[in-house]
Amino acid sequence: MKKKEKAVVISQECIGTDIYSLWLKVSFAEDAKPGQFISIYCKDGSRVLPRPISICEIEKNALRLVYRIAGAGTREFSALAAGDEIEVLGSLGNGFPLEEAEGKKVFLMGGGIGIPPMLETAKQLKADKRIIAGYRDELFLAEELEANGSLYIATEDGSEGTKGNVLDAIRENNLDADVIFACGPTPMLRAIKAYALEKNIPCWVSMEEKMACGIGACLACVCQSKEVDEHSHVHNKRICKDGPVFLSTEIEL
Amino acid sequence: MNTKVNIAGVILNNPVMVASGTFGSGAEYSEFVDLNKLGAVVTKGVANVPWPGNPTPRIAETYGGMINAIGLQNPGIDVFCKRDIPFLKDYDTKIMVNVCGKTTEDYCEVVERLAEEDIDLMEINISCPNVKEGGIAFGQNPKAVEAITSELKKRAKQPIIMKLSPNVTDITEMAKAAEAGGADGLSLINTITGMKIDVNRRTFAVANKTGGLSGPAIKPVAVRMVYQVANAVKLPIIGMGGIATTEDALEFILAGATAVSVGTANFFNPYATVEIVKGIEDYMEKNHIQDIQELIGAVK
Repeated sequence: MKKKEKAVVISQECIGTDIYSLWLKVSFAEDAKPGQFISIYCKDGSRVLPRPISICEIEKNALRLVYRIAGAGTREFSALAAGDEIEVLGSLGNGFPLEEAEGKKVFLMGGGIGIPPMLETAKQLKADKRIIAGYRDELFLAEELEANGSLYIATEDGSEGTKGNVLDAIRENNLDADVIFACGPTPMLRAIKAYALEKNIPCWVSMEEKMACGIGACLACVCQSKEVDEHSHVHNKRICKDGPVFLSTEIEL
Repeated sequence: MNTKVNIAGVILNNPVMVASGTFGSGAEYSEFVDLNKLGAVVTKGVANVPWPGNPTPRIAETYGGMINAIGLQNPGIDVFCKRDIPFLKDYDTKIMVNVCGKTTEDYCEVVERLAEEDIDLMEINISCPNVKEGGIAFGQNPKAVEAITSELKKRAKQPIIMKLSPNVTDITEMAKAAEAGGADGLSLINTITGMKIDVNRRTFAVANKTGGLSGPAIKPVAVRMVYQVANAVKLPIIGMGGIATTEDALEFILAGATAVSVGTANFFNPYATVEIVKGIEDYMEKNHIQDIQELIGAVK
């Protein structure tokens, strides 16, 4: 059951340039699944739309979000401190289908601010996990990821791990997998989809788009589907409700 | 205390409705809001065939509001009649179906289908700024407004409410044209055409380049237009444009609206509608208002 409520900030710290780790006390944490997201509402009324942010970690009564400051809304959130209250709506979306990967050899691939949902996914998934994290330069969450699977790092500037992207890291380390879960910028997801097709393995990707309602009513955050979608009856799926995680072959990337 | 209002012979339990396109057909919001508590549910615009809508990004936030160019994505009238009307029939609320089209024939086809359905009202969208053909093309010319209104009036068995665009020089001309065409009521305002430019990507913030501005930022424009139209025609008015609170809703009612629609506020407060229903009751009690009729158009 989705719920809108006042969350209480447990703690917040800056863990990288413009990257923040926020723990929120929420009543619906126990029902949350890796790959889902929550909407956070700004206190400044001039910003009317909630900000969708993926769930990084799930505890009994708390959720952890790791996000990057991308504008005035996330900048507002970055000033939250322990004890502050903030309106949230959650948990939203479908999450990664862990059952499709149980006991298998899995790539958990995250790019940039698409890395955080891979932490809870790795924590919950019982499988042979290879976590491939792609950064521009500065690392974050790396130690925590490493504690939950074999970690391979790619950096654009080559300052750490493989120089290049997550696929370069796979090739350099001669890695293979039976299943892929991925989250990151669209060009990265497009390349991973092509890789999965070439290797003939199933691949689930977490998509992103500008959202308004977050619950499937406004039709702002659609992505194109390969087949006519059974809800929309056109070639569109709602990222917030039908996703954000889709089988890569069912959507156009 | 009486909060019932009459829109063209249809009695609503209270004057609070939702603005088309912000609430789907109610299913998603029924997880948050008891739909029985709403005066009416107004559905997302439906056309004769499925429409895919515009490319993404379809929305952008602006100061105190947002710009949208969804492009009237909808599953078409067949699916709508089979799936969405039966869903809403389970609730004790009125159903107003929003109708969109590209040509007069498109509109007629949908209205003829809906005439046979158990719905209460039709709202005709002749004011969508986001589709190139149709929509607003009908809503910016008084002759076209009158012509399409009378065509649809011939076919509808339910009252028809014409939804007017604010993107005109004088909205009262359009209101009078709809009245002359036989409209049973008016909805206003639709969104105001706007544009946002993303300076970092150096491109338009929404793929359609322009979009419809909605939200609290447009409320004063909407209140002014409701007041003007209320003083120009005799038709009942459903007022909308940036309503987020009880006070906002009361402004529209005092300006001359018989009912109000909550739109963009659903996105930042899914409970906005039911909070406003309760807020109007509290206001009436506090101010010893026995009947909401006393408030409609009370500010002259």
